[in-house]
Amino acid sequence: MKKYIIQSLRLTLVLIVLLCIIYPISIAIAGKLAAGNGGGEKIVKNGKTIGYELLGQSFTKPEYFWGRPSAVNYNAAGSAGSNKGPSNPDYLKEVQSRIDTLLKYNPGLQKSNIPADMVTASGSGLDPNISEQGAEIQIARVAKARNISQQKVKELVAMNTLKPLFGLFGPSSVNVLKLNLALDNL
Amino acid sequence: MNTELIGIIATFLLTLIIAFPLGKYLAKVFAGEKVWTDFLKPLENGIYKLSGINIKEQMNWKQQLKALLTINILWLIYGFFMLIFQNKLPLNPDGNPGMTPDLAFNTIISFVANCNLQHYSDESGVSYLTQQFVLMFLQFVSAATGIAAAVVLFKAFRDKTTTLLGNFWEFFVKAITRLLLPLSIVIALILTFNGTPASYDAKDQFLSVQGDTVNVSRGPAAQMIAIKHLGTNGGGYFGANSAHPFENPSYLTNMVEMIAQVIIPIAMVIAFGYFIRRRKLGWTIFGVMTIGLFMLMIPTLSSELSGNPALTKMGIAQTTGAMEGKEVRFGPAATAYWSTLTTVISTGSVNGMHDSTMPLTGLWQLLAMMINGLYGGCGVGLLNYFIYLIIAVFISGLMVGRTPEFLGHKVEAREIKIAAIITLLSPFLILAGTAISSYLFTNYADAGWATQPKNWLNNPGFHGFSEMLYEVTSANANNGSGFEGLGDNNVFWNLLTGVIIFLGRFLPIIGPVAIAGLLGAKKFIPESAGTLKTDTKTFALMTFAVILVLNALSYFPALALGPLAEYFSMLK
Repeated sequence: MKKYIIQSLRLTLVLIVLLCIIYPISIAIAGKLAAGNGGGEKIVKNGKTIGYELLGQSFTKPEYFWGRPSAVNYNAAGSAGSNKGPSNPDYLKEVQSRIDTLLKYNPGLQKSNIPADMVTASGSGLDPNISEQGAEIQIARVAKARNISQQKVKELVAMNTLKPLFGLFGPSSVNVLKLNLALDNL
Repeated sequence: MNTELIGIIATFLLTLIIAFPLGKYLAKVFAGEKVWTDFLKPLENGIYKLSGINIKEQMNWKQQLKALLTINILWLIYGFFMLIFQNKLPLNPDGNPGMTPDLAFNTIISFVANCNLQHYSDESGVSYLTQQFVLMFLQFVSAATGIAAAVVLFKAFRDKTTTLLGNFWEFFVKAITRLLLPLSIVIALILTFNGTPASYDAKDQFLSVQGDTVNVSRGPAAQMIAIKHLGTNGGGYFGANSAHPFENPSYLTNMVEMIAQVIIPIAMVIAFGYFIRRRKLGWTIFGVMTIGLFMLMIPTLSSELSGNPALTKMGIAQTTGAMEGKEVRFGPAATAYWSTLTTVISTGSVNGMHDSTMPLTGLWQLLAMMINGLYGGCGVGLLNYFIYLIIAVFISGLMVGRTPEFLGHKVEAREIKIAAIITLLSPFLILAGTAISSYLFTNYADAGWATQPKNWLNNPGFHGFSEMLYEVTSANANNGSGFEGLGDNNVFWNLLTGVIIFLGRFLPIIGPVAIAGLLGAKKFIPESAGTLKTDTKTFALMTFAVILVLNALSYFPALALGPLAEYFSMLK
């Protein structure tokens, strides 16, 4: 028994060196070669960080495309979903009020055209994307608020749409932050 | 066919393409045959030497278990104190506090047991030191413990009659050096070069486009996410786990993580067949497990892809499926696929929130964890399945009126008793745990605790009951996912699930290893016409029926009160 205790102690120490020091530090060093130096890829404008490419942020003004509802208001230091069950009455009321808000700010929008992702909270609360349809229903509003042609906005949406992986796997999506920055750069 | 479905089919095929050769490789590694990774031998010899281990020393099953339990208890003590005192230790740039004793108790058991139920919140609950030196460390060694225990079982059936089952330390170290560490390096690099942070940079702050101040948690995440999947651990670096865009930046990384979490459990089954020189048995077990997987996955896909009926009634479009708690870049199909995988094996990582999935999806998730042996966790999945096999052998033996045998060894009263105890343990822990918590919730809602029972649940009605049932089931299965709406960081839940995880981990390791050790030591009976063959379709069907009947009988009432009741209430 005593032998096992001593062997366990020594083995644990050796493995800590291998697994908690050598392994993670090697990966961190290799990561310096990755975009963003392994610290997350930043988007910089006029020398200042204004966001991370992968992290969604809150957009509420009419001249910007809106992202998905977030249970944590896009807090990148406390990610979480709503954890609301599908039959929860309070949750269903919340969804209804999101539908009403969309209808109010997007005159002419048909309820049956609202995609689920625009009225449901994401899993992380930081979803950087919306669906193509989620962008499409906002084009008229954004064009009007910016006083530019709908055609122009449509082109930008198309340019910022990520197609399925290799054109084969998974859904297509629109990166809201990049799209809004492209609008600001017009 | 749409791209979301093609995506998951491709993922499954890629998984098999990797897992089959990996299984063959593992059989050779643990049998000590020549493999291309033998260049790592000097590293292993160095580890043995520094630890004072002589791998030529053969152990019987009792010594194997002694070694296993000794080192696991040591990790429990080490981790408990590290977590409590993390605020006084270095590498805590964000100044996070030490854990309370009950939370540390729960967390350390949870990570030693390969469960990774997380009652703390990642971004503010642990420091860089404890993330790496406790949690990530345990993700490696707990997976290696499971694999080593399974290899002990392999050993018992390789030779005709044997009491010497190899050296535990050798299996354990090889599981790390030949499998977990090399694969982790590959996966961590893929993640890092696709956007997951890997550096030790502290929290960042920026002003968003609309002028909000945003704090960003970062840190060495890629390293941990790699092993959290390979080792079927599931404990994430960030609170939202693999739904977080840093943990899982794209559809590509999502495919990689879905493949990573299941290759070792599948490979272990194939390895078992090769190792004991009965390949057909390995393939038969794989077949039963895969049919079970599909029977859980197909209805899950159907229930998620048709969307939330309550939202359909509101008149919006759910073209791709239910989206609450899901991420656009994965879509409902890949999230449903993941939810089945992560509950079938014991990973418990999520790329979408299970609490917000449809009632029937919740049902399949729960059932997958209750069965807990379709592929199952690293190594332990096969141990759980072994118990089902023994029960199936016993029942078939009774049906044809013969002494039951397994691989040439008589299965007698002692082995059956152990198998029966292990089989009964799961329903006992799950149902008693749910009953106690439901009782407290209904009768002591206003108890003067820091978190009153009435404030536990995030959802009313049947779904609230499912939240408690899920928590306890996940603890017993060492799964670690949750219906995260449950307010679980308080003394009651920390202690209850801590105890359940501990029993649900170690007894189902001790039981099968003991049975294997006892059987292996018995006289070998050569196969004759009267032998019950365990690698036939008939016996596969028998095992399947045993799994189905045992679990249906044990859990149907509880499932009816939770997810089924919610489902029917939504049909109105």
